[in-house]
Amino acid sequence: MVAMIVAFGALYATPNLYGESPAVQVSGLRGVEANTATLDRIKAQLEESNLTFDSIALENGQVLTRFKNTEDQLKARDVLDDNLGKQFSVALNLTPNTPQWLAAIGGMPMKLGLDLSGGVSFLMEVNMKEAVNKAKTGMVSDFRGDLRNEKIRYRSVKEGNNAVVVVFRKVEDLEAAQLLLKKRYRDLLLTTDDDTLTLTAKMTEAKLKEIREYALQQNITIIRNRVNELGVAEPLVQRQGKKHIVIELPGVQDTAKAKEILNATATIEFRLVDTEGDLSNALNGRVPANSILLRDKDGKPSLLKKRVMLTGDHITDAKSGFDEYSRPQVNISLDSAGGSKMSSGTKSNIGKPMATVFIEYKATDKKDAEGNLVFEKHQEIISVATIQSRLGKSFRITGSGSAAEAHNLALLLRAGALIAPIAIVEERTVGPTLGAENVRLGFEAIMMGFGLVFVFMMVYYRAFGVVANLALGANLVLIVGIMSLIPGATLTLPGMAGIVLTVGMAVDANVLIFERIREEIREGKTIQQAIHQGYDAAFSTIIDANITTLIAALILFAIGTGPVKGFAITLSIGIITSMFTSVVGTRAVVNAIWGGKRLDKLSI
Amino acid sequence: MQILQLKETVNFMSYRKIALIFSALLMIASVISLATNKLNFGLDFTGGTLIEVGFQEAADLEKLREVMKSNGFADAKVQLYGSSRDVVIRLGLRDDVKAEMLGNEVLDLLQSTTGQTVDMRRIEFVGASVGDELAEQGGLAMLTALICILVYVAFRFEWRFAVGSVVALFHDVLLTLGLFSVLQLEFDLTVLAAVLAVIGYSLNDTIVVSDRIRENFRKIRNSEAEDVINISLTQTLSRTFITSITTLLVLAALFFQGGALIHGFATALLFGVFVGTYSSIYVASLVALSLGISREDLIPEVIEKEGEDQEAMMP
Repeated sequence: MVAMIVAFGALYATPNLYGESPAVQVSGLRGVEANTATLDRIKAQLEESNLTFDSIALENGQVLTRFKNTEDQLKARDVLDDNLGKQFSVALNLTPNTPQWLAAIGGMPMKLGLDLSGGVSFLMEVNMKEAVNKAKTGMVSDFRGDLRNEKIRYRSVKEGNNAVVVVFRKVEDLEAAQLLLKKRYRDLLLTTDDDTLTLTAKMTEAKLKEIREYALQQNITIIRNRVNELGVAEPLVQRQGKKHIVIELPGVQDTAKAKEILNATATIEFRLVDTEGDLSNALNGRVPANSILLRDKDGKPSLLKKRVMLTGDHITDAKSGFDEYSRPQVNISLDSAGGSKMSSGTKSNIGKPMATVFIEYKATDKKDAEGNLVFEKHQEIISVATIQSRLGKSFRITGSGSAAEAHNLALLLRAGALIAPIAIVEERTVGPTLGAENVRLGFEAIMMGFGLVFVFMMVYYRAFGVVANLALGANLVLIVGIMSLIPGATLTLPGMAGIVLTVGMAVDANVLIFERIREEIREGKTIQQAIHQGYDAAFSTIIDANITTLIAALILFAIGTGPVKGFAITLSIGIITSMFTSVVGTRAVVNAIWGGKRLDKLSI
Repeated sequence: MQILQLKETVNFMSYRKIALIFSALLMIASVISLATNKLNFGLDFTGGTLIEVGFQEAADLEKLREVMKSNGFADAKVQLYGSSRDVVIRLGLRDDVKAEMLGNEVLDLLQSTTGQTVDMRRIEFVGASVGDELAEQGGLAMLTALICILVYVAFRFEWRFAVGSVVALFHDVLLTLGLFSVLQLEFDLTVLAAVLAVIGYSLNDTIVVSDRIRENFRKIRNSEAEDVINISLTQTLSRTFITSITTLLVLAALFFQGGALIHGFATALLFGVFVGTYSSIYVASLVALSLGISREDLIPEVIEKEGEDQEAMMP
């Protein structure tokens, strides 16, 4: 059984030996997926440019092309970037050369942390105060609209502490308002004061939590979209705690550009389509005075009215779903000011098409006189839909294509109404040279530590030392195997330090056992008895000692971030595997060699 | 081969006064240093910007400082890092500019003024709020670790041992922090991780000793608690030394081979293992002894537990 477990660990550790080859990864943007047609296109494109590649494959909606050297890889990236168009992002990547049969059983090399692979990681913080404030401002205008519509007269509507305060002139108005608001806003806590004629609508804890959660989720979605546009292979966007988002971009060197893109703002506008203007004239450069010419993501042009019907900051929510005929649709909610704007804008335009335009400020490679990056206003039509009736505070857009596209549209619409601004609060960039150096140093430290302990144990315990060294080697293999097998585990520089430390501490179990055996022999027990006693007596000590160390490691794992987590992971895995190899493993070997024999002397 | 060939029991506990004074002095010194010198907190906790760059030739620090100063970075600390070609520049938090852009700005500045190709090795920026949170979390982690361990040891052994081992841990952590304070070594997240690992290591040692004390209380009848502790310490001494040696060996490898980034980590552990070994011999058993540990406290419960354990664990 011991041999089987070690062999299993060794099997999953082997992918780390195969190395990596340069590759180019092509993935779709905004709901577009790479498919076999894309693959054929890439193949044709590369052959046309006389670039040889090792292999090309479609995996998880991405086309991965492997090359012999980085020179071809870079050339291919440029060629594909120029020719594939805007729906695809082209990223450089290093793909493991794991053989097919190994990959098929889930074998892959360890993931390296940013401090080893090079790249940048950001920690962004969502401004929750602003999110709550925005929600409050929205409530104030909603209340005003509601009261006005129901003809309830009020003196003022103001923002309070996590609440909105409405002051009335008459008690009857106050009561009518209470009835109305209670019906409409179930997640608010209403209290009234008859003396001062005030009504206070307080946000419940649940409502506040919902606002914050929404702000965080929305920001994560937007950042994911932006990160995808950066063309980074295997980016990571993840929430951390209540208000932070971690972004890891392996291999990114130009951090200035990455930051600009993460900080960029995006908005949405609704405009009427100019149905009277002549599109072909406009395409030839004669755009009507009160219109503009914009294109959608496929490059199809449309002529739109210059006047903006509604801006995206009025959008409070957008969700994708299905209508009564199971066609995908997007439901949009507006605040009350937006609702009345929409209502007056669509009233006289029923039956006409309306376009949704996505506006983004993208950083370019150019810099202005003061050294700031030049931003380019990038406008794109994301949907054109016919206005079916007069629209109000909430309406829907249907016929925007597939469910995936509806989902994406909803996402982009929400992006136009960013409720809480975010800021970079932490950045760590590691250059490729330092990363490579860290890998080398870490590896050398492990080897050196291993070598020193190896020699020491062999000299000190002779034959039994060799057995302990076998266990130590098996332990290393198991750590690497398990690290490769756990999908979320990444190897960092402190993680490598953790392995080094484990090497030193793993022999402790054997030292305990061997010292015990020596003691028993000194006390005059027979060799077999001494071995047996040594293992038995040391066992509970080893368990206790390791469990307490494990507690410390687990706490480190729970609170640590990034590199420290990496240390905790290797330390925890090392403790568990070392208990196995040094107790169960050495026992098996010792029994096989010395078991059942009559011995007068022991090489210990 | 054998390093320690002890024929007789070493009377460890007779030196307890010296040990007590020694430990107390070191602990007081640590507290004083921590109160006056404070810890030299690294970027992780203070916030700010750090830029590490590699030059092709040996760096001229004076010139770099001049360049930084004349370009509005008067607060910049410029130091060599690991080798004569690697330079670390530290900047404090500032309000006027977008902090996250600072790193790139400095990099451009160095590139243009030195005329050398500057290799960006790393840029770290930590906002003020993040640092505070980390310091809070770090302290909390250490406390949680100590409490969890106290509970576990109390459950597995006896409360006197638990108090003894936690006092020993506290002793080790305090002295390690004291060393960092006295030498003004940078205390960052990896060092915090190392301190927690010291807790793990020191505990490992203490448990082994306590385990033997418990066993000997059962085996050796008619002897004083002090003698039993002396016997147990003597029996485990060679194991304590050998494990310390192997651990120190790998830590030395880490210290000399692991690179500048891991230096603080290795230092904390090297020192921690030293004090950890000492404290498991003196501090933990001394505390248990002065709390009045005796055979009656350990035996009835323990025998039962021991049996259960082994049956369950052994195949």
